[in-house]
Amino acid sequence: MSSPKTFSALMPGDVQSDPARRAILAEIDASCRVPVLFFVVSGLLWLLLGTALALVASIKLHNPEFLAAWEWLTFGRVRPAHLNTVIYGFASQTGIGVTLWLMCRLCRVPFPAPGLATVAAVFWNLGLTVGVVGILIGDSTAIEWLELPRYSTPILFFSYALVAVWSVITFRLRRERHLYVSQWYLLAALLWFPWLYATAQIMLLIEPVRGVVQAAINWWFAHNVLGLWFTPIGLGAIYYFIPKVVGRPIHSYYLSVLGFWSLALFYNWNGLHHLIGGPMPAWMITVSVVASVMMLIPVITVAINHHFTMVGHFGKLRHSPTLRFIVFGAMAYTLTSLQGVANSLRSYSEIVHFTHHTIAHAHLGVYGFFTMVMFGSLYYIVPRITQREWPSLGLISVHFWGCAIGLILYVVPLSYGGILQGLGMNDASIPFLKVVEGTLPWLRIRTGAGLLLALGHVAFVVNLGWLLCRVFGPYRKPVVELFTETGTAAETAK
Amino acid sequence: MNYGPLLFLGILFTLASSWVGLVLMPNRQLGALTANTSTNDAGVVVVYPQARHGEAQQGAEHYRSLGCVYCHSQQVRPEGFGSDIERGWGRRRTVSRDYLYDKPVMLGTSRTGPDLTNIGERQSSHDWHYSHLYNPQITSKGSVMPPFPFLFEKRRVPASGPSPEALKLSGEFAVEDGWEVVPRPQARQLVEYLRSLKTTVDLPEAPLPKPAAVEE
Repeated sequence: MSSPKTFSALMPGDVQSDPARRAILAEIDASCRVPVLFFVVSGLLWLLLGTALALVASIKLHNPEFLAAWEWLTFGRVRPAHLNTVIYGFASQTGIGVTLWLMCRLCRVPFPAPGLATVAAVFWNLGLTVGVVGILIGDSTAIEWLELPRYSTPILFFSYALVAVWSVITFRLRRERHLYVSQWYLLAALLWFPWLYATAQIMLLIEPVRGVVQAAINWWFAHNVLGLWFTPIGLGAIYYFIPKVVGRPIHSYYLSVLGFWSLALFYNWNGLHHLIGGPMPAWMITVSVVASVMMLIPVITVAINHHFTMVGHFGKLRHSPTLRFIVFGAMAYTLTSLQGVANSLRSYSEIVHFTHHTIAHAHLGVYGFFTMVMFGSLYYIVPRITQREWPSLGLISVHFWGCAIGLILYVVPLSYGGILQGLGMNDASIPFLKVVEGTLPWLRIRTGAGLLLALGHVAFVVNLGWLLCRVFGPYRKPVVELFTETGTAAETAK
Repeated sequence: MNYGPLLFLGILFTLASSWVGLVLMPNRQLGALTANTSTNDAGVVVVYPQARHGEAQQGAEHYRSLGCVYCHSQQVRPEGFGSDIERGWGRRRTVSRDYLYDKPVMLGTSRTGPDLTNIGERQSSHDWHYSHLYNPQITSKGSVMPPFPFLFEKRRVPASGPSPEALKLSGEFAVEDGWEVVPRPQARQLVEYLRSLKTTVDLPEAPLPKPAAVEE
């Protein structure tokens, strides 16, 4: 491994602004326009649906009579429908869109197959629609993170293969010799996900293995969807956008290397800490607990690397929506990872394992980290591929503060309430229904938090819709460098 | 780190390690597990576990379809780890063999409601289960479990007289005179499944606690 010698080698490639480079960038952005927009816009529509399902589920947990007469809206169907719409509808599609654009930008090649990628996006949405309707009418598999019924998943897999193959081909066609750290993460995500998904589909749905081996594979898969699919895409985006917006290279190349390979080594062994106390041989759980604690290495490494890249530039958070969301996401990544290490310890898991604490933790990871990073990425990417600026700064603020406050209000009280719930359950002298009653205030706060998140999502979608209307409106002179030092729409509009 | 093939191999080998360790090895160790044959105190040969059949198996499908697993676990943690045994959720911890024939295995990760590993042992009455499913407030005031009215049929009392299965509803839950609430087949099957849930058989790896010797 050679260490990069030059300043520019540490930067996401395209800081230089000579006309030839600009022409390539314009070509790349144009090639990504249709597929990336398709993935992103459909992802956000799934986010709206997923948010609505989440609110219904959340209200049901403190008002069980709410919408109780309809079988397809019972809690046990709405909850997996929520999870699958936000994971496979929103997060994965947006993640694919962002990956595609980043890959092209970093490889310095236009996307070779925009048409096929768009077809893939159409199929992904078709497969998911079939699957989510399947869950609501009762065909859920009841295997967490894999609820989509068997008849819908081959469509998803086909669609994924189509877009992933072309992303890997893009990587092979790269014109930029230097591989930036984001590319390691993105390539890894693209290769890891199909392996995980195929294993889980074959061994759990098509030819199910015996007994609790299913549980082992289930959690190997489910935890790795977070660790080897969303996390590398999220970290890849953070590694790209922080240096990009603040205009300086990543703090340390060597920390990037250490962070990447330690994540690759340890994260994939984490999953079975979800089965602590369960009917499994002790070694399986122990090995996952050990690997979970080892996650301290990549997490702290990456946190240091990102923090020292940001030092002295925190003032830019005021101006750049991209940076605001991305830095929020990076901080949430550190927090949720540290919380995850704690949750994986047997003594702590004994208390929080079966409680709402886990739900809060999952949202700090998938939402606080990944979703916020994706929002930040979109604030940068969409104006470039559409050559239109965000129409409303006010809506950006509503989006950010709705989501940021909403998330904190979601995670902090529910984490605390979960600990109380766990302590209560572990004290056999407290009747179970008393413990249930104790969770109600926290569950009500969660519904409130959900409303704030919903407000943020609506603001974002309105802003995006407005921006897209302008694409079809009168032609405006395209601006390539939209986010400059002060980086807001107001400034760049002049 | 500009060498593509090295990156590619590293990505592949890291995941291959846990694929072998946490997918293939568990299958190798537990995939060939078989039922246990033992003789109980009465001298009867017991084979455990047994696959579910008929209504109980159909009920398992409703349990899956309605997503009961999102609030109810089916696993008893060992003595001294949590208070599962003290709460009466089981007399012994559950082990891999207890789940031999479950497809899918629904261990659950949440206890918004209580553990159901031994619900068939703890509540064997049909009436209790029907009332509880129809509206959990009847049997468990303050529960956050949703009611499942769609598993029941509200109908006029037939001329031949009230059905034996009709729910005994009183107070705020009572229906109008001349009407009755009876379980649909789904409710009947689901209740058969719930009643089948019990881990009350000794296993060499998880013996039931012996009754304490009586001391005078």
